[in-house]
Amino acid sequence: MRKVLRPEEAAEMIPDGASLLIGGFMGVGGPMRMMNALVARGARDLTIIANDSGHKGIGIGALVAAGAVRKMITSHIGLNPETQAKMIAGEIEVELVPQGTLIERIRAGGFGLGGVLTPTGLGTEVENGKQVIEVDGKRFLLEKPIKADFALVRAWRADYIGNLSYAFTARNFNPTIAMAGKVVIAEPESIVPTGAIAPDDVHTPGAIVDHLLTRGA
Amino acid sequence: MEPKELIARRVALELKAGMLVNLGIGLPSMVARFVPSGHGIFFQTENGFIGTGGRPPEGMEDPHLTDAGAGFVMAEPGAATIDSTMVFGLIRGGHMDLTVLGGLQVDEAGQLANWQVPGKMVPGMGGAMDLVTGAAAVIVAMQHSAKGEARVVRKCTLPLTSLRRVDLVVTDMAVLKPTEAGLVLRERAPGVSVEDIVAQTEARLIVEGDIPEMKLA
Repeated sequence: MRKVLRPEEAAEMIPDGASLLIGGFMGVGGPMRMMNALVARGARDLTIIANDSGHKGIGIGALVAAGAVRKMITSHIGLNPETQAKMIAGEIEVELVPQGTLIERIRAGGFGLGGVLTPTGLGTEVENGKQVIEVDGKRFLLEKPIKADFALVRAWRADYIGNLSYAFTARNFNPTIAMAGKVVIAEPESIVPTGAIAPDDVHTPGAIVDHLLTRGA
Repeated sequence: MEPKELIARRVALELKAGMLVNLGIGLPSMVARFVPSGHGIFFQTENGFIGTGGRPPEGMEDPHLTDAGAGFVMAEPGAATIDSTMVFGLIRGGHMDLTVLGGLQVDEAGQLANWQVPGKMVPGMGGAMDLVTGAAAVIVAMQHSAKGEARVVRKCTLPLTSLRRVDLVVTDMAVLKPTEAGLVLRERAPGVSVEDIVAQTEARLIVEGDIPEMKLA
């Protein structure tokens, strides 16, 4: 059986300046308790790799509002005007990446690949500074892998050894980022006895999960 | 009829049973309201679901089951949860039959710009670049002009979403078919003349024979 961490203990493990892969899609399936604990600890200079920057003041939006973020690699900041304003003011560096490219770059990082070849972004601003590779007469952009110091994963259920299961659209980036963090911390809503999650229902095997947070309130 | 409803009703006629369809946020999402019940269409959302239904009754929302804008939805019988790699594998891999997206500009080459107005509005591309690059068919659903400015232009001045020529443009004035020769005027909105359309379009239109009125669902 694993020892579980309280959110503030997880936040203490994450130093200023760390790079974080964070699960969730507009906050759904995002590790809210860990993000709030990072805000409470006064974290600084984080690099955040995530689908979006959430809503203003919530989740990733709370980290942005607290001045905890130096750089974001993300596909969408449209629903958080604060991120846009801080980007335009030069307070946060934002690298915008097409969503399908972002998830594949993370997958490449976690799956040991040297990058991905995608047609997405050819001939657009996204192509700037990137290598174009021709394969059998078709052109692709070479997109490089992404890894991070930590992956902060939100799960629906975990068992005592850290097997994870996700619910509906709260799955999104979570299973992929769990492969690409040097240290993987999972925030489950509930923790069930080992065996209660059937093998076929395990989406992320406990073997790659380093730390488990206490269950949600 | 309100312009957005007219556009959504016309686009809805393009959706057929058995198709895998992605609707963008905003106006394109309205299309789902105008397909007949028991339609047999597979609606995919970018946050990882095939078979989203309407809004659940109050008090019965599941915070794990949302659309791409984090709004609560229900699941149709036969729905499937997919993670973000699968979402974009479906989109880039040739499995997505149709996507309907909003637009800021479409030009004579049938190219679309819909992800930023540099220095003013930089929401990010989200999944739009992958969708326009990878979907089997792309329909742009947008208002014909905005604040007196034509959106159907000779050449896009805003950053392109993809080099790909889109398949159909549906506005509150017209249905346009981008072809190698240019934009062909296919249909006009009820009560709108060809002259009205030409007057509010910066792009040169190919007008041949009688142009029928739009049919609406």
